Amino acid sequence: MSGDIMQDNIFDSFQKGVRDGLPIALGYLSVSFAFGMTAVSQGIPLETAVLISLTNVTSAGQFAGLQLIVMNASYIEMAMTQLIINLRYALMSLALSQKLDHKMSTFDRCIIAFGNTDEIFAVASRHTQIGKHYMWGLMGLPIFCWTIGTFFGGFASSILPLGVRDALGIAIYGMFIAIILPPAKVMRSVRIVLMIAIVCSCIFASMEHIWAIGSGFSIIICTLLSAALGAWLFPIEEVKK
Amino acid sequence: MRIVTYMIVMAGVTYLIRVLPLALCQRQIQNRFVRSFLFYVPYSVLGAMTFPAVFTSVSQLPSAIAGTLAAIFMAYREKSLLCVAAVACAVAFAVDLLYNAA
Repeated sequence: MSGDIMQDNIFDSFQKGVRDGLPIALGYLSVSFAFGMTAVSQGIPLETAVLISLTNVTSAGQFAGLQLIVMNASYIEMAMTQLIINLRYALMSLALSQKLDHKMSTFDRCIIAFGNTDEIFAVASRHTQIGKHYMWGLMGLPIFCWTIGTFFGGFASSILPLGVRDALGIAIYGMFIAIILPPAKVMRSVRIVLMIAIVCSCIFASMEHIWAIGSGFSIIICTLLSAALGAWLFPIEEVKK
Repeated sequence: MRIVTYMIVMAGVTYLIRVLPLALCQRQIQNRFVRSFLFYVPYSVLGAMTFPAVFTSVSQLPSAIAGTLAAIFMAYREKSLLCVAAVACAVAFAVDLLYNAA
């Protein structure tokens, strides 16, 4: 975990956030593009699809929500589905809460919470202390691209050739691998926690046709299990103040 | 305006999940187990989200495997996030072309 980015120059922090957010934003373009295409092809008005992206900023939840809208599901079903699929964000927010600048106001925390996506959390959690200007920089471009990508996807069914669009699907995972591998190289505990999480996730995926637990639930269970085992087997000693 | 209500429900639930822990937990957690647990959460989440999903992230399995191996190789050499992601896409795209040509 590198770098203390709490209280330095406002502009520098913001700029660093924007730079770190750029790869996320590019990845979001392709995913939200797909969301826009799917939504409009399912009969959702373009402006509604764009608004859904702007207000939700979450891929799995939106795709599932789309399905429920098309099925004309009840609002309770919609709420429960979103809760289950997105519950992992509660774990991420809790982890993030420990790294935010202590002096940050509740209002600022409420703004930052809006942009706590898988990818933004992943990048932010590489730092030990996080200030609001860094977070603004980090969140801004990805949220913008998430929204605008949905618009493009809905508007033009294809800007990029199919092959290129398809290959972009792996971008976000490439980024995740780039985040988890370097610390796993140096810390045995992280390696073991990762292996447990991955094995657990693969088991759930392979059982999908017998017991369809859903990817949201699967991620929560794998996370709870592997992080708890890690905390039990390899507790982290008190960090310097 | 049923669709707008759907949207409000989706956005409301998602935001509450994100905001409650951040707004309510403003102090440093002292418990060593919880601190250690939260330390491992990012790796657990990302590991579980990446595997096995990465193998179905592009339409052909061989391209996905090649892209994943490329990403692991670049990440092991500690290249930047953008670089790792770009190489993974490029390799997956190239293998896809080869695969379709063969």
